[in-house]
Amino acid sequence: MTASSETRAPAAPAAPPVPADPAERGGVRHGVGTDAPRPDGVLKVTGEFAYSSDLWADDMLWGATLRSPHPHARIRGIDLTEAVRLPGVYAVLTHEDVPGAKYYGLERADQPVLADGKVRYQGEPVAIVAADHPETARRAMMRIAVDYEVLEPVSDARRAAFDPACPPVHGPAAPPEPGGAARPANVVRYQPVRTGAFAAGAGLDEVRAQADVIVTGEYQVGMQDQAFLGPESGLAVPAADGGVDLYVATQWLHVDQSQLAPCLGLPPEKVRLNLAGVGGAFGAREDLSMQAHACLLALRTGRPVKMVYHREESFFGHVHRHPATMRYEHGARADGTLVFATMEIVLDGGAYASTTSAVVGVASSMAVGPYEVPNVRVDAYGVYTNNPPCGAMRGFGAVQACFGYESQMDRLAEALGMHPVELRIRNAMSEGSRTATGQPVDMPLPMADMLARARALPPPAEPETGPGTDPRRLPGGVAGTTRGEGVVRGVGYGVGIKNICYSESFDDYSTARVRLELVGGEPAVQVHTAAAEVGQGLVTVQQQVARTELGVERVVVRPADTAVGSSGSSSASRQSYMTGGAVKAACEAVREAVFRLARERGLPPGADDALELRGGAVVTRLGAVVAELAELLADTAVEETRVFRHRPTRPMDPLTGQGDAHVQFAMCVHRAVVDVDTELGLVRVVELAAVQDVGRALNPLQLAGQIHGGSAQGLGLALMEEVQVRDAAVRNPSFTDYLIPTILDMPPMRVEILEHPDPHAPYGLRGAGEPPTLSSTPAIIAAIRAATGRPLAHAPVRPEDIVGLPVP
Amino acid sequence: MEFLRPADWDEALAMRAELPGARPLMGGTDVMVELNASGSEFGRPAELPEALIDLSGLPEPRGHGPDGGWLRLGAGVPYTRIVAELAARAPALAAAARTIGSPQIRNRGTVGGNLGAASPAGDAHPPLLATDAQVELASRGEVRRVPARDFYLAPRRTELRPDELIAAVLLPPAAGPQRFAKVGTRNAMVIAVCSFAIELRPALGEVGTGIGSAGPVPLRAHEAEDFLRAELADRWEARRPLPEAVERRFGELAARAARPIDDVRGSAAYRRHAVGVLARRTLRWAWEDYRKGADPCG
Ligand SMILES: Cc1cc2nc3c(=O)[nH]c(=O)nc-3n(C[C@H](O)[C@H](O)[C@H](O)COP(=O)(O)OP(=O)(O)OC[C@H]3O[C@@H](n4cnc5c(N)ncnc54)[C@H](O)[C@@H]3O)c2cc1C
Repeated sequence: MTASSETRAPAAPAAPPVPADPAERGGVRHGVGTDAPRPDGVLKVTGEFAYSSDLWADDMLWGATLRSPHPHARIRGIDLTEAVRLPGVYAVLTHEDVPGAKYYGLERADQPVLADGKVRYQGEPVAIVAADHPETARRAMMRIAVDYEVLEPVSDARRAAFDPACPPVHGPAAPPEPGGAARPANVVRYQPVRTGAFAAGAGLDEVRAQADVIVTGEYQVGMQDQAFLGPESGLAVPAADGGVDLYVATQWLHVDQSQLAPCLGLPPEKVRLNLAGVGGAFGAREDLSMQAHACLLALRTGRPVKMVYHREESFFGHVHRHPATMRYEHGARADGTLVFATMEIVLDGGAYASTTSAVVGVASSMAVGPYEVPNVRVDAYGVYTNNPPCGAMRGFGAVQACFGYESQMDRLAEALGMHPVELRIRNAMSEGSRTATGQPVDMPLPMADMLARARALPPPAEPETGPGTDPRRLPGGVAGTTRGEGVVRGVGYGVGIKNICYSESFDDYSTARVRLELVGGEPAVQVHTAAAEVGQGLVTVQQQVARTELGVERVVVRPADTAVGSSGSSSASRQSYMTGGAVKAACEAVREAVFRLARERGLPPGADDALELRGGAVVTRLGAVVAELAELLADTAVEETRVFRHRPTRPMDPLTGQGDAHVQFAMCVHRAVVDVDTELGLVRVVELAAVQDVGRALNPLQLAGQIHGGSAQGLGLALMEEVQVRDAAVRNPSFTDYLIPTILDMPPMRVEILEHPDPHAPYGLRGAGEPPTLSSTPAIIAAIRAATGRPLAHAPVRPEDIVGLPVP
Repeated sequence: MEFLRPADWDEALAMRAELPGARPLMGGTDVMVELNASGSEFGRPAELPEALIDLSGLPEPRGHGPDGGWLRLGAGVPYTRIVAELAARAPALAAAARTIGSPQIRNRGTVGGNLGAASPAGDAHPPLLATDAQVELASRGEVRRVPARDFYLAPRRTELRPDELIAAVLLPPAAGPQRFAKVGTRNAMVIAVCSFAIELRPALGEVGTGIGSAGPVPLRAHEAEDFLRAELADRWEARRPLPEAVERRFGELAARAARPIDDVRGSAAYRRHAVGVLARRTLRWAWEDYRKGADPCG
């Protein structure tokens, strides 16, 4: 629009004004950096998206799992007679029917496909049934007679870690690994970290003497559940070649495949996996759940078998976040400079190893947080108990450590009379710092700036009180427990650091196949990977990368399956980095192949060699069209497959923890403002503001979603989410009593995104899914401490903790 | 399991008489959860009822209106309508209804179902106790009215006989300000950790109370009522603010009336403490309502 009032007929028709299209970048719509819409968005919102629990085959049977009611018991016998007799039952299988390997596991094959004469946790699968109807299957299970000899469970993780007399959950201790120390039988991994004086063998008292102020604390993190809404489910279809096609909601198709094939006694190529609609994952789908069971039943009956866990069953069907007990000691000089930190972290891995070992790696290497500390002593343990198995959950060991070190930083700030943000800034890591494991931070890490920004955000409005106040604006919410009585406001800060991608020398890679061809005369791209879209928006990101790299808007991402190479897991905030990187590499190869085709046809005179793909044509850098794709690809398609690896990492030294174990570091800062009803111990989070550096925002809208979701999950851990376990038995396996935040618990968020590119990463991006889950928990709990003056050493904070009553 | 759809209330009563093992179904927000859960508790046999008698389509339980000076509230009126239509006439019950579940649950769930389930944590109970409501129970050929205070026998056990249906609840003529408050560890959609309801009856010089989720059954705080009745006897007239000591003592006595247990939702000690706080606060609000003669739900 022009402001001129002159009215004059243009001499020549002007070029039509080009609307500034926010969806356009570098000549293509919905490429990298835009809020490209997600193809599954409308379907999910309207309820039409097909999740794995919606799978159907006309002649299918229903599978069901008989589970142990006991956390620890010997199985003296299983009588299937009555179950098999029931009409409509097609198969009843136990441990003995597993044709191949009887055990599997992500890091250690210690978990039986079906209980091997012993059950080691409550809910462990003992037998499986295939029947013509779920109700028939259920009745068949009632007819299976299992003779249990109930045993005393090992339920105390500290005892498992330190008491040599504690009975082993899995038989005697393994001989020490080369270079490692002997360890008690129930210790899955012990990882120390030693730096500075501690590495030189100094005693604690010597180091303490250098500090003006010392604070100690013991903290606990409860067992959090991923609480995905789509229960474990899938459909196994037996194939004519004797193999099986499994449609399943999972996080890593190939690692499922590599665990399944040996158990089924089949070569991997006969165990084909296809990703079905995933209703949330958050780590809970890294381990196998119903995969092997459905395949066994399908192969035995020759019929497709569907399995869907009940909600309650789901609480027993997947691993949870490791509960932790942590002892921390920090010393600082009077000006706030940190002198030393010691920490002992015990993570309860439950009955099977799952990813406990890797979780210990993260917890130990991230134990000090994003602070420069000259003298560090970390002792981290992951142990076996008869508690529910624990493994991957968003934040993966870093969440637990973060609650510990951030609680300590607040305690230290208080002891020093410093503002908590000031203390953090004084000791903040930045580019060029070294982590406690000796790794140089060779990427931007603007922690001090992030903290300053969080502190500078305008404060939220004062609490409304008095008659007529909308109860939803006060602690207690709609239940109307206060009109302002007992309500005190508090502000707290939290910051966390998380390693991105797989660490500790893991060969971490992703594979992408990209095909450029004409569809209906128009150039179109197909992207094929095995990467799991778990709701995070990975399909969209793959499309965006292909659009930007190939200048073609029409991009279809094929369903993920094992017909293409592995993409690794949708975890560790790694898929934009890894599969984004793989798609980018494959697109670059496709682009080069197209340029070769163009060159073969001969370039126009004067065209330099630097070609580009734009607007469906090969063009010179100045925009002269060399060849239209419609012409170049008239009778050929270009297809390239590439494997992308991040830079290699190293193991942690078993005695000192030293080693460049990580690929990338990511951070988020939260400021939480809470109103606490100090008499009733109820909390309303008024504001949860986040500042996060993401290197480069590939899709700002989806990114905001990740930060909102991660923060909400951290809020849940701060205020309500805990799988309560007593004597190794779960007391609240339902959404009636395992509470997760509702829309009335989660405040609208202010999110500030910083983009300091990481020179090592594709597009400079930094993994973003996990960091907000770390820092929101300690920020909220710090705010409650500020309001109440209570120490609050347990996450989640319970009303009892706030009013000062014991928790039984 | 059979699904029975009676054509009218009489047929429902007939089915109930003939099939004592059949389960009445109103909004289904308790029944369906139980049915879906059955069999998922590994190892334990599911108890599926032999039949369901669906009452949700019948017009009789879905109405409300005056009955003498009383309000007769059909057992099948969903919470959403109680909130929308009865906030002035039954403020404590409407406030309790407002806290129940989510909008979807309030669209389906009913007071009849709450009484049928008779969970000690049910939110309708404290207001019914505090207001001295009655429960109308019907069987083929008999209708009887049981005071709420006599209705609850044990956890999940009530005066309801196997051949009876809950037809309605009867609320006495509105007597004065009422308040309800409930503690939950989430700001919405949460089962009560404990709850409290109070009614002041200036004309009668009476007070009523109800404690929820802090005992094997919903309870009245008798001692607290007696104390308050005596304290208010010569304060009704003056309408001056209550001394804090009275509020505090009332809270202490209410807390003492609770008979809570430790469970996953909270400790017994916390529940007792919180009942005291709720009693103290709701008394203050109700008394303020009375002093202002204001709309008691403001
Ligand atoms: C997500 C969720 C949240 C909930 N939140 C709350 C809450 O905050 N507070 C709360 O108190 N409850 C809550 N509930 C429980 C439930 O909603 C209430 O108890 C509700 O009042 C039940 O009413 P209904 O009509 O759905 O009962 P139904 O499920 O139909 O029946 C409940 C029981 O009563 C019996 N019954 C029903 N009608 C009659 C009748 N006319 N005569 C005799 N017996 C009968 C049934 O047989 C059954 O035993 C919640 C439930 C869910 C699923």
